[in-house]
Amino acid sequence: MQVEKEPKILAILCKWCSYAGADLAGTSRFIYPANVRIVQVPCSGRVDPIMIFKAFVEGYDGVMVSGCHPGDCHYGTGNYHARRRIAVARRLLEFVGVHPDRMHFTWISAAEGKKFADVCSRFTDELKALSGTEKTLARKELAT
Amino acid sequence: MAKVGVFVCHCGVNIAAKVDVKRVVDALKEMPEVGFAHEYKFMCSSPGQELIRKEIKESKINRVVVAACSPRMHLPTFQKALASQGLNPYLVSMANIREQCSWVTDDPEMATQKAIDLVARQIKRVVHQDPLEDISVPMTKTALVIGGGIAGIQAALDIADGNRKVILVEKSPSIGGRMAQLDETFPTLDCSQCILTPKMVEAAQHPNIEIRVNSEVKKVDGYVGNFEVTVEKKATYVDAQKCIGCGICQEKCPVKTVPDEFNADLNLRAAIAIPFPQAVPAIPIIEPDYCKKLIENKCGVCAKICPAEAINYDDVPMQETVNVGAIVVATGYREMDPAVYTEYGGRKYPDVITGLQFERLVSSTGPTGGELKRPSDGEIPKTVVFVQCVGSRDESKAHAYCSGICCMYTAKHTMIYKHHVPDGQAYVSYIDIRAPGKTYEEFVRRAIEDEGVRYLRGRVAKIRRLQNGQYRVYTEDTLVGRAVHIDADMVVLASAVEPQEDAVGLAQILGIAYDSDGFYTEAHPKLKPIETASAGIFLAGACQGPKDIPASVQQGSAAASKVLSIFARDNLVKSPQIATVDPTACTGCLTCSYVCHYSAIEEKEFGQRQVAEIIPGKCQGCGACVATCKGKAITLAGFSDDEIYEEIVSCK
Repeated sequence: MQVEKEPKILAILCKWCSYAGADLAGTSRFIYPANVRIVQVPCSGRVDPIMIFKAFVEGYDGVMVSGCHPGDCHYGTGNYHARRRIAVARRLLEFVGVHPDRMHFTWISAAEGKKFADVCSRFTDELKALSGTEKTLARKELAT
Repeated sequence: MAKVGVFVCHCGVNIAAKVDVKRVVDALKEMPEVGFAHEYKFMCSSPGQELIRKEIKESKINRVVVAACSPRMHLPTFQKALASQGLNPYLVSMANIREQCSWVTDDPEMATQKAIDLVARQIKRVVHQDPLEDISVPMTKTALVIGGGIAGIQAALDIADGNRKVILVEKSPSIGGRMAQLDETFPTLDCSQCILTPKMVEAAQHPNIEIRVNSEVKKVDGYVGNFEVTVEKKATYVDAQKCIGCGICQEKCPVKTVPDEFNADLNLRAAIAIPFPQAVPAIPIIEPDYCKKLIENKCGVCAKICPAEAINYDDVPMQETVNVGAIVVATGYREMDPAVYTEYGGRKYPDVITGLQFERLVSSTGPTGGELKRPSDGEIPKTVVFVQCVGSRDESKAHAYCSGICCMYTAKHTMIYKHHVPDGQAYVSYIDIRAPGKTYEEFVRRAIEDEGVRYLRGRVAKIRRLQNGQYRVYTEDTLVGRAVHIDADMVVLASAVEPQEDAVGLAQILGIAYDSDGFYTEAHPKLKPIETASAGIFLAGACQGPKDIPASVQQGSAAASKVLSIFARDNLVKSPQIATVDPTACTGCLTCSYVCHYSAIEEKEFGQRQVAEIIPGKCQGCGACVATCKGKAITLAGFSDDEIYEEIVSCK
């Protein structure tokens, strides 16, 4: 039997809420899959859709972006900019043949360590379910 | 050529129990960027930091990666270690192998592999990090205090005593706030005005305090150290410079139909009036909705009678912009309108009054001159029922929270009542008695044991007016398990503490957070109870949540000390992690300026064309502009594309 490959996840987290939430998951010892790699950005508004595409080119199986809850952004409106950009990026992903569900956008506050761990576990399961379902997945072509 | 020194921390067993630190170190030594890799039990300890210092000196490394806990915990620690050896503090990066690895991974093998990967990514990243210099910004060492209640007065006095200028903005015609309306205060039965008015006068006479009454904050721009605040003074129709405060206008004014706000609407007053006898400043204002002269151009008595010619019917609102370096928000609370509880008849029955109305009714400056007479017929009430938790701890009808002050002020009311009517009987309907302050419990015991007040545990179901003018209060005594009713001459409802009506509007102007009830949110409930998430804006008093006088005064002083510690520096030191525009790459589309939350991006001339320019003092470093820029002309120091992409790419 073939051993199921653990999907690789890139989590781009804002410094004020979600990165702190991920830290809290650690402090609270919530176990989640070891395949998550976190990149810190000052604000989800800093997230350029190219980062997401780059991640898929580099071989990640899923990308997660998380910022502060609506209304709670440390910089006022950054998370709203992120929400719009990611809505567009999702459609573009679909266009190039990457299942849009490989991209996950969420809000995690500094108090939501549990939520961070849960989202990581759930997203991993979702990515496993997705594997091999994409019709025209051309990950390698995307890279060229 | 970058030469990276890597230090892997065991954190006791916190990391080392899951991660094979030796293997991590060995794996990293293979990377070409790495000069050497060390492991140590506690990197954050003095010997741990000494290790970094020593290696910077001896091994000539020019970049450092510390693999340990979260950078939120100890990045500043290691930055200092670098700086102490003359290496730029922004040339260190931390791999978070505790919170994001050893603590969240079950399998040691996977944890070790993840740790190697996490550290490798930071090594790749740190090579792209540039040395940065902290930005020094000049600041305005004047504070703005919004709200002239006891919390605001205390904050203003403390800042002013610290030899800094304060602008105290108050919406109503006088400072003093709720405390000025109170009769006596718990748990000492001090006369409220006797202890408050000296502070009001002190604030008014302080050379460093400028009081602006009848004024509201309309707009706030800028950031800590350099706020630009637009304050609007409403039209008062009385020239404060000329008025001598004699009060003749108030006596002669023929319109006596204005509900007296200071007396909690218990009586009517003139259309021109000084809010209360001890008001600071003691300058009357005209109510434009009631004044005959302003409505129909008749009367004009006050202008004729004023010996100082201070009346000006053509007064208009005036806006002024003031520059301040820090802001204290102390806007206080209001008492909930008990009309929500139709079954209690608040606002319907004249003798069913609120706690604040009771204060005015027994106050010597109140509508009855301090004699306790019930509003309907002026009789002395022989039986009074005090109902607690009206609107508090009742999610279904009003608020889930406890208003905090009502248990204590109700005990105080019963005592004041007994002092006014020694042969009267006071009942209190309560759910629980919450008296956790210093000598608070003893105070409540005094009411029960010495004054003979009867406490009945249970919620009041209904209050009905009887033919004889009494009120039948249907309640229960859950301690004996029986429904009871009391025929009372007067009922006092301890109505909930609520945020001010315009609390949310002001929060949006200030850009501070508020909770679902409308109280302002502190930066951290335990460790930052004074700060808001916005730098330079602090909270004091009941605007943050129900608070009694001692707590409000404490927080006022605490906010003042926060302001003074900002002002103690010569310049404001700002993080250098801000965005800059490369004018040669900028097309001048200015899309960046639309997404900037801080209005930090302006247009400037560059050769023959217009390009965007970022004002370093205003930029907060969020990076929204960077992601927006189509030409990739903007770079965010500390979070440049190079740094972030290097982390993404070096995934294994």
